[in-house]
Amino acid sequence: MSAAQAEPAHADGRPVIQVEDLGVALGGQQILSGIDVAVGPGEVVALLGANGSGKSTLVRALLGIVPIDSGTVRLFGQPLGAGVPWKRVGYVPQRLPAATGVPANAIEVVASGLLTGRRLRPPRDARARALAALEQVGMADKARRPVHELSGGQQQRVLIARALVRSPDLLVLDEPTSGIDIPTQQTFVDTVQRLHADGATVLVILHELGPFAPLIQRALVLRHGRLVHDGAPPHARDEHAEPGHEHTHPHADPETPGAGPTITIEVTP
Amino acid sequence: MTWLDQIITMLEWPLMQRALLAALLVGAAAPVVGTFLVQRRLALMGDGIGHVALTGVALGWLVGNWANLAQDDTLAVPGAVVAAVVGSVVIELVRERGRTSGDLALAIMFYGGIAGGVLLIKVAGGTNANLMAYLFGSISTVSGGDLWWTAGLALIVLAAGVGLRTALFSVSYDEEFARGSGLPVRFLNMLIATVAALTVTIAMRVVGLLLVSALMIVPVAIAQVFARSFGRTMALASTIGVAVSVVGLSVTYWQDYPPGATIVVLAIAVYAVAATLRPLVHRPARHEDPHPEVQDDVVLASTARD
Repeated sequence: MSAAQAEPAHADGRPVIQVEDLGVALGGQQILSGIDVAVGPGEVVALLGANGSGKSTLVRALLGIVPIDSGTVRLFGQPLGAGVPWKRVGYVPQRLPAATGVPANAIEVVASGLLTGRRLRPPRDARARALAALEQVGMADKARRPVHELSGGQQQRVLIARALVRSPDLLVLDEPTSGIDIPTQQTFVDTVQRLHADGATVLVILHELGPFAPLIQRALVLRHGRLVHDGAPPHARDEHAEPGHEHTHPHADPETPGAGPTITIEVTP
Repeated sequence: MTWLDQIITMLEWPLMQRALLAALLVGAAAPVVGTFLVQRRLALMGDGIGHVALTGVALGWLVGNWANLAQDDTLAVPGAVVAAVVGSVVIELVRERGRTSGDLALAIMFYGGIAGGVLLIKVAGGTNANLMAYLFGSISTVSGGDLWWTAGLALIVLAAGVGLRTALFSVSYDEEFARGSGLPVRFLNMLIATVAALTVTIAMRVVGLLLVSALMIVPVAIAQVFARSFGRTMALASTIGVAVSVVGLSVTYWQDYPPGATIVVLAIAVYAVAATLRPLVHRPARHEDPHPEVQDDVVLASTARD
């Protein structure tokens, strides 16, 4: 990956995410190597790749969730650590952690998103802000329900609200559309659209562009832990949708079919 | 004498005053820590720390013996504090490394703690009988000095547990998210571990090392039957902890029961009643379809295009 390729198309400021020669090894296995990427302010970037290609690991490494083996990651110009303005970073993981013996309601989960960096106590208006964030994702009426009683899609909305409560300038989403009902997918798309309109940067892991297609300006494709494509989003979806299409594309393969049972889902926007 | 007079007489007795105050503080603090432990799926951590603390008691005894202190057990409680903190930090490090081997490592620590304690107390010239007071509690022997220790440590535990509850909740609920928010996850994890260790050592005098965990966990189990949020669970558990500790201890004023066991049996009885009444507490929701109103994700055969 040359620096020229990593240069965002319309970088008009310093990069929001800057990754240089990133390598990550987990459990003795090299998961990522030689990743060079820069994402400029206001970009909406999709991270594509097959299962196990290292998409989630890359995102988790960017946020300091998994340790970095080699290379550097900078967020808003600051190397990972206490110096990063964490308040400006919103992360939406794939799912809620498994339920434990102690219930937690949606307000509490969302309010925990207000703690970032060295801020260990919530602001005074934490409850009001958590409610406002839940309102944005259409969950205000379920704010006091224990989250483990909510449906999968509703839990996903709570997770979006937890990221939104900070009013982030960088939103990182991990497969927001996998296993999620259509209205919740739409909530994700609307959220990304609104943040993008406000000038936020978005990095989103996707299996296929799906409902996000109109928003995506640029795509990164990972294969075997290496970046194999950085540029225009591949238009895989139409071809995929055709019956009997072959998995050969002029551009980098965005996805290999999974091993599990195949269910065809019609997504009607 | 009416029951009121009896209670007043009980409260006028200095020994009982000290014991009740210790029970009150421990009863309030232990479930606060227990709430975090249950959320982290570490309900048995208190037991692990308790076992290790026994070695600390014996070590303190041994050191006191070597130093020719007037009383053999002067250093027992400080020894327990040191061993418990070291043990809890090791448990946390094992947990951090991954769960597969952690289970086994914890088990080995449990057994090592008890065996080490029994062995060392013999070396120190004591007997297993000396350990019994620590294993099963000896609240009637709480001295003025002990009370200050207990009060001080309980206040630290309460201040950390309640003051930083949102941060501790965040790290206990979703550690990865907390890490991705730049929170000092390791510090917060160690804080929970240390606070749990301190709780074990202050509760040691009230219910004994073998039953310490019960006072941390059972009130949380009772509270989660009724509560529907983390904050409520913690507040309710703490209240229940105070109630069972004070009531259980008071019972032993009239009946010659061991205080620690009485408190724990009382707590478990309350849990049994609460769990039985659960269906009555959680009244069925208003008549409504529990499924959210959502459009089908799939096109059914009857409506599909050709």
